Amino acid sequence: MNDRTINRRGMFGRLAAVPLAVGVAASAQGGQKRGAPAAAPPAGKRTFAPPLSGRETVRRRYFPDVELVTSEGDKVRFYDDLIKDKIVILNLMYAKCDGVCPITTSNLKAVRKILSRDVDHDIFIYSMTVKPEQDSPAALKDYARVHGVSDPRWLFLTGKPADVDLLRHKLGFADRDPVVDRDKTRHSGMLRYGNEPTAIWGTCQGSAEPEWIAEEIAFAIPRQFKRHPRVND
Amino acid sequence: MYYNANGERIARWRWRELLQARRNRLDLIKAGFTRRDLVNMGLLTAGGMLIAKRGLSSRAYASWGSGTDCHYDNSGCGNCASPSITPFLMNMPIPPVKQPIALSSLTGPAPTIAPNNAINPATGKAYEGRTRAHQSPIGTDSRLPFPATKIYQVTQQAAGVTVSGDLPTQQLWTFDGVSPGPTYVAQYGTPILIRNYNNLPSNNGGFGLNSVTTHLHNGHTPSESDGFPCDYFSAGQYYDQYYPNQLAGFLSTHQSTNGDVNEALSSLWYHDHREGFTAQNVYKGLVGHYLLFNAFDTGNETTGFRLPSFPDYDIPMMFADRCFDAQTGALAFDTFNIDGILGDKFMVNGVIQPVLHVHPRRYRFRWTNTGPSRFLQLYLTDLTSPSTPQPFWQISNDGNLLPHPVQVPAVALGVAERADVIIDFAQYAGKTIYIENRLNQPNGQGGPTGGVVAGGQGFLCLKIIVDLSTVSDNSAVPSASTSYYTLPSVSASPRVTRNFKLDQDRNGQWIINDKLFSCNTSRFAVQQNSLEKWVIDNGRDWSHPMHVHLEEHQVTQGAPGLYGSDSDDHNDYQRWGSQYCWSGCTSNSSTGVNLARKDTVRLTPRSTVTIKMRFRDWLGRYPMHCHNVIHEDHAMMLRFDVATTGDTKSNP
Repeated sequence: MNDRTINRRGMFGRLAAVPLAVGVAASAQGGQKRGAPAAAPPAGKRTFAPPLSGRETVRRRYFPDVELVTSEGDKVRFYDDLIKDKIVILNLMYAKCDGVCPITTSNLKAVRKILSRDVDHDIFIYSMTVKPEQDSPAALKDYARVHGVSDPRWLFLTGKPADVDLLRHKLGFADRDPVVDRDKTRHSGMLRYGNEPTAIWGTCQGSAEPEWIAEEIAFAIPRQFKRHPRVND
Repeated sequence: MYYNANGERIARWRWRELLQARRNRLDLIKAGFTRRDLVNMGLLTAGGMLIAKRGLSSRAYASWGSGTDCHYDNSGCGNCASPSITPFLMNMPIPPVKQPIALSSLTGPAPTIAPNNAINPATGKAYEGRTRAHQSPIGTDSRLPFPATKIYQVTQQAAGVTVSGDLPTQQLWTFDGVSPGPTYVAQYGTPILIRNYNNLPSNNGGFGLNSVTTHLHNGHTPSESDGFPCDYFSAGQYYDQYYPNQLAGFLSTHQSTNGDVNEALSSLWYHDHREGFTAQNVYKGLVGHYLLFNAFDTGNETTGFRLPSFPDYDIPMMFADRCFDAQTGALAFDTFNIDGILGDKFMVNGVIQPVLHVHPRRYRFRWTNTGPSRFLQLYLTDLTSPSTPQPFWQISNDGNLLPHPVQVPAVALGVAERADVIIDFAQYAGKTIYIENRLNQPNGQGGPTGGVVAGGQGFLCLKIIVDLSTVSDNSAVPSASTSYYTLPSVSASPRVTRNFKLDQDRNGQWIINDKLFSCNTSRFAVQQNSLEKWVIDNGRDWSHPMHVHLEEHQVTQGAPGLYGSDSDDHNDYQRWGSQYCWSGCTSNSSTGVNLARKDTVRLTPRSTVTIKMRFRDWLGRYPMHCHNVIHEDHAMMLRFDVATTGDTKSNP
């Protein structure tokens, strides 16, 4: 990889180029000229940046290359090391969670088993804490041990709180209700899954039946599914 | 420690963003944009604050922006800021009418009752993606000949499409190269077979899955041809869909009359329904119209109900809102926003803010809200007198005709809801009239609303210029005494009452009666032909247009009306969820346009609706789901089956 410092700076520079958020209705009320005669279009179309590839579009919008730490204490870059060129499943958890996390973790173990049987590809699972202030790598390692996860392609991740929070927001895991969002026991139970090179990204429910979760995740792996997904008659 | 301009403590990355926002602003001003340009582009608030960039995820940053609370305000909490465009320069496209072909002209093997699982040597996959046979009595009943009376072939493919002269050509996913796709014009009593080829590319440009299932929305369709979400098929395959175009009851409750004419449908639409990816694929363009005529709704204004003639004076219109990337101008989908996506550009039939020239006479417009998440309340607006009400006649509420026309000030449409309206442009000869969405919706969840804004203050979707020549008008003058169809009775005692509680669990997962969705789990079995009563309870302060496949229902309690005025108290769910009536009705039972057969019912925040229907003629799996396609995908849906023997689960 190139100099990561430069990459990181470049990342923030690109973030700045992302479209600016705005109130939709506000722009409707303030942003349109009502009844004014349509102005002649400028000579030639306005110029736009050249189109981006699908994966580049997704990377710029959603995948800041922040540094995270695994339960083994290894420092990893979110995009370069974890996402790029991979098929992945992402979920949220925290070490002392006794709500949705054990269910999701147990489901993911079953999903891993099904997918190893049915899919030829490597699939990486990333479980990221929502309590980076509390969850040291050791705490996450303990969580993995308690839940019987010993899998080189399943990483438990923590990091700087601001970085973790940025990722949580970028990946749509934050709740728009600030009261709910502050309550870490109510963190999103949804899974994000995707195939980075093909820019296929989906979301499914982490508490669903593992067989169904596996089928959904296989959506991101076109044609490599050994069985045709089944639907009972 | 980092602080914003108000002295509040903020995260370091947020501070960096603010810093970058200031740099952006200086750069933009240096580049020659005036403050007014920036406001118009949505990059600067009226107060002069550059809106901090947030990517495209409204969920992500909902509570940020201009210090306002996103639940109740519109500033700084939307989804996107598309490039500015000059509106009303392109004519509104009218999708071409799809033409049938000879059976022998189909690409690939002849249609078969059983799925054609033979391997296509060119692709290495089965020719056909269908997994179930066309059900009996297709091919044995004389009304259901196989292959079919008319044969069509359509191809789903990527194509370059112009949505605005100010934006680059968009790489959309289309049917036959256009979006909306071609319009099917079908006749009752004439079954059709559509061979649907999936030629979509694996390169999705950032969103979309080239695995599809096409649902004929509102169709009385056998399960295997319905476009069930889990009946998807791959690129390189085809799927033969058989549309009987028969009146509901033709094999069951109304055999002697060949179905119940009071169940006739008029305005349907088709769209992709791929499980987990419907929103992406529909957003990318996979939608189209399907019109159904019969001996009453003939398409000819000199016969039957004498509705304005198709195609000259009967025009289907699909409304959609979209985001475009400010840098590249490309259609932008907010992949990880699972609350609902709002666009800031309004398309009608695939073009942003188009123009339609009309003759000074009556027209039938068929309006469909294709979403993905926005609710609409459409008005006619004369900008020279924006506060003057411009009433018109609504003749359908979803895909059929009302018992009689209802004069309305506006039409409210949740995603997938439709309304046919008759507008007499003779009264506007020489004038310009806009179709305006005045519903102020602050977020993709669909509630609470910000109310209804004053005329001229909403989103102008379509500019209609009444400048064509005066022509004859043989269509009937709509009035409250005009009769179309009679509502079929649902007053019998239901065989079963089923209760559905829509909610989210503590961790943001959609649940119906505390259960999650799976394609493989059928939650209950409806007994064919019997009357079902469903009570659907919306447990949250969000809104959901709930759609049931196969049969239309009648909303007997809790039907929503028009959204309130801009003085509406948006905290007051009770009122918001209650019925707004055009002319003073007070009860919660259906009146006016709610005396209708529906396929999608809008559930306002914390509201409860009761619907009744019979599932007839066809067997197999069907879904009920929220048609905010973002909610649908994640997965506010359940599967039920229609069977010869049903169960009586009351909380399935």
